[in-house]
Parts: sequence; C-alpha cells; structure tokens
Amino acid sequence: MAKNTPSFALSEQEALARFDEIIAADERIEPSDWMPDAYRKTLIRQISQHAHSEIIGMQPEGNWITRAPSLKRKAILMAKVQDEAGHGLYLYSAAQTLGIGRDQMTEDLISGKAKYSSIFNYHTPTWADIGSIGWLVDGAAICNQVPLCRASYGPYGRAMVRICKEESFHQRQGFEILLHLSRGSKAQHDMAQESVNRWYAPALMMFGPPDAQSPNSAQSMAWKIKRFSNDDLRQRFVDMIVPQSEVLGLTLPDRAIRWNEKRGHFDYGDLDWDEFNEVLKGRGPANSIRLERRKQAHDDGAWVREAAAAYAARENKEAMAS
Amino acid sequence: MSETSFQVSIGEAFTAEDISETVEAPSKQLAKYAMRLGDDALILAQRLGWWVARAPELEEDVALCNIALDQLGHARAFLSFAGLAWAKTEDDLAYFRNESEFTNAQVFEQPNGDFAQTIARQFVVSNYQCGLYIALQASANSTIAAISAKAAKEVDYHRDHARQWMLRLALGTDESRKRIIEGLNVIWPFVDELFRDDELVEGLGASAVPPSSLRADFDKATLEVLARCEMEVPQGFVARGGGRQGIHTEFLGPLLAEMQVLARAHPGATW
Ligand SMILES: [Fe+2]
Ligand SMILES: [Fe+2]
Repeated sequence: MAKNTPSFALSEQEALARFDEIIAADERIEPSDWMPDAYRKTLIRQISQHAHSEIIGMQPEGNWITRAPSLKRKAILMAKVQDEAGHGLYLYSAAQTLGIGRDQMTEDLISGKAKYSSIFNYHTPTWADIGSIGWLVDGAAICNQVPLCRASYGPYGRAMVRICKEESFHQRQGFEILLHLSRGSKAQHDMAQESVNRWYAPALMMFGPPDAQSPNSAQSMAWKIKRFSNDDLRQRFVDMIVPQSEVLGLTLPDRAIRWNEKRGHFDYGDLDWDEFNEVLKGRGPANSIRLERRKQAHDDGAWVREAAAAYAARENKEAMAS
Repeated sequence: MSETSFQVSIGEAFTAEDISETVEAPSKQLAKYAMRLGDDALILAQRLGWWVARAPELEEDVALCNIALDQLGHARAFLSFAGLAWAKTEDDLAYFRNESEFTNAQVFEQPNGDFAQTIARQFVVSNYQCGLYIALQASANSTIAAISAKAAKEVDYHRDHARQWMLRLALGTDESRKRIIEGLNVIWPFVDELFRDDELVEGLGASAVPPSSLRADFDKATLEVLARCEMEVPQGFVARGGGRQGIHTEFLGPLLAEMQVLARAHPGATW
C-alpha cells in the first residue's frame, strides 16, 4: 500500500495495516495519519506527563534562583529553568496535535489527575541539590529521552531532539556545580556528598519499576514509542555515573556497586520500591506543595489571562470594523 | 569611542569574563557610575527571578525569566567593570556589600506586588533604560559604550513586552484595569528619582549621561502609551529617593538578605 494514500479513504482494517507498516518500517506517524485509539491515548498520557514534569521541575530548582551563590551560577540556573519551561511548551504543543487542549492538560495536572515525574516531589534544601539535580536527574532524563528522539510519533520525536540538545548542557552544569563543591572547602564537599546521598536512589527510580513489574512497557515497545526497557536504561545510567562519581571525588551511596566483568556492566543494589510507590501515590515529601504552588500560580493568574483574552477580542473587533 | 583601541561592535557578546580579563580599570568616579547601572539591573533581575514558576501563564514564565536574564547579564558586565577600580569581582560587589552601599534607584527594589504592579514597574524602568542605554552608546568610555550598545537592543524588547501588557491590562477587563491603575500608582512616585542629576554624573562629562537629559523623551514615550491605555499619569506624592546615595526603602534589606545568604555563609569559597 502506498504510504501517501489518504487515510480517510481506507477502511479501519486497511488503516490499521498501514499503521503497522509505518511502524515496522521505522517511519513516523504524523498527526493527520490514522492511529489506533490506544496508541493515541498512550501518547497523550506519556507526552502530557512529560510536559507536566518539565513544569513542576521548575519549582525545586527555582527555589535557588534568588539565592544562587555567584552571579554566574545564578545566570546559568535561570537559563536552565527557562529551558525547562520551553520544554514544557514544546511538549504541550506535541500533545495538542493528538487532539487534547492545553487547558484540559493544565486542569488534569492541577486536579491531581495527571501524573508527573516523582523525582520532583523531593525537596532541595541545599545549593548542592542544584548540582545533584543537573547531574543525576537531568542525566537520567537524557538516558530516558535520547531513545525518544526516534519515537514513532513524529511531533514527539522532533520535540525530543530539541530537548535533548539542551539536556546535555543541563547535566554538565550540574556536574560542574558538584565538582566545584567537591574540590572546595570541607563544608562545600560535605554539602555535595550529603546531597548525592539523597538523590542517588530517587534518580535510579526515575526509569520506572523493574521490567517484570512494568505492564505497559511491552506495548509501548511494540509501538516503538519506547525503545529500551526500564532496566536496560537504568543500567546505562549506572554505567555512566559510576565513573563520573570518581571524577567528582564523591561516593555513590550503594555498597553493591562493582564492575561485573562477565556482564560488562556495573552491578548495583536493590532499590526501595515501597518508598517509590509511596511518592507515586502522592505521599512524597513535597507532592502537595508542588501541586499547591502550581494551582496557586494558575489561580492568581486567572485575571491576567482573562484580561489578555478580553483585549484580544476587542482588538479583533476593531480590526474587523476598520 | 575613546582613545583606547578596545572596541566591541554592537551585538557582540560582551561578557563579565571578557571585561574582567581585557578591560582597563575605570577611575573610581566612573566605577561608581557603572556600579549604579549594575545595581539597578541586578536588583531588577533579582525581583523578576521570583516570578519563575509563578507567572500567569507558561509563556510569561519564559518572558519574565528572559528579561531577568538580560538584566543579570547587564549587571554582571557593569559590576565587573566597576570592580576593576578596587580589584573586586562582580561577586564581591553583589554579595559582600551592605544595603547602604547599594546605589540602585529605589524603583528597582519595589516589590513585585501582583502581576500588574510588576508590569507597571517594567513599564517605567524599561522606558528609562531604553533612553539611557541609547544615549550611553555614545559614552566617551568605550566599555560603557559597548555594554550599553548590547543592552539597548535587549531593553527595547523589555519595553515592548511592558507596553503590550500595559494595553492588555488597561483595556482588558474591569478588574485588570483597576489593578494596573493601582500598580502604576504604587510605582510612579519613584519615577522622579531616576532623572535627578548629581555631582558624580556632572563630574564625568561625556562618559556618563545626565539623567535629567532623558526626562523629556521618557515623558513623551510613556504618555503616548498611557493615552492609548486611557490612563492618566499618577499625580501627587513624589518619593524622596536617595538610592544613588545608598538610602533605600525597607524592601531592599530582605531582598539582599536572601540573595547574599549562601555566599556569606561561606566567605572565600568559590562556586
Ligand atoms: Fe527538560
Ligand atoms: Fe533539564
């Protein structure tokens, strides 16, 4: 079947066959192509969750913008947080191509119906946490997201290409913060180590539950939305950060970490999935303050958005009249 | 441009690092002038940074953060330059001066208030900075001229952003109109201070721009927007000012306390 046959001319069965062909050929599904409902729903869920994560993720880091300890660090942090807002915007746009509105997504986030990455439900009490977030959280995000640049849904894959370019800068700035701290005064070094101790396990859990307990993964992999399993990605991440931690002169809080010659990978210890599930269910250290803050900003801004809409309507009317 | 061979074309990046490495130290008088410009921009950046993840819509988070970043860039350049006169870095000046040593005009330290008050403050300061940086491009000091040339292009965008929001809020809904009128009433008393000449500026000749020379254009530009907004220039109370001499409203202290807390907890540390 020719790829450019318009999909409205096809029966559902033919359309599905064509969809399968596109996936099998590693080509891209575009917004105007027919797609199975479940594929659409899975993508809406995944892309909007991803967008929400970018937006909520601005809070723990934004917490240090006003207190960054040098003007250069302040500038870098502001630029990073601004990037995250931009990522949220691209991703909301990608989700909108699937037929969901931004208002709806915002509503779902604020009402607690939609999920976002649990990692942002931890506090950032110290400056070193800005380093740990960059190095570990953005680092894990990169491992997760680089394969998404090839996701079968075109707008998502293309958004991820832009995003990934910026994420590597984010990870590097986090690494540099920690390197400076680690090589600084004893108080600074201790601040870095204490922070890495707190962020290591939550960062590893960003890849989701072990494969055996991850029911949605198989279908997403068949659809080429996801390209590698949770455990594969987690392993890649561990293999990346172990040597980096040595350069940093910091210890990862996991005694099971050692090189496994036979596997060609680093072994690492079991993770506390009960803790993960608690945070996922909304009982993490900062779940309620993150949502409350998002809701507050949204509510406080309602009169501004109304004013902008009223002004735009007035301008339109004048333009029509003239 | 002055006698020095150093020249940066408009739009070329002119960073704090470039300045501290390549530029000749200014006189103490000129350094004090650069410090005023840097303090204005730094305090504004600090205020605007608060809005991140709190703006009325995501696009505004991006816009306000962008403006804050531009201002921070200008602050870093001016403070790095000023610091050369005393062998101080931008961070020495930003983090280890006390309130009475900051010489920003008081309008910059005024609280964010609601979004309308922030926009009213942006409206005033961006119009002021536009005129100022355009004039300073012709400064006899090539460093001031180069920083200003870059800044002039950026604050032009800030002015446009503020103008658009002034119109939307003034002509949007009853509530937004009420709020922007109130916001401007809070901010306007601090306008006068921006345009007062003093000995320092007079002594600098062609390196600086007398603030009073910028007033007429400022009035014309703001009046034009206010007319379109169907708003009046607020009358009455004029703040005493004194920011240039280190006299501040009670809002600056807490801002500095927050900004400086970590740096001061680790004196001598690098980050
Ligand atoms: Fe991001
Ligand atoms: Fe990031």
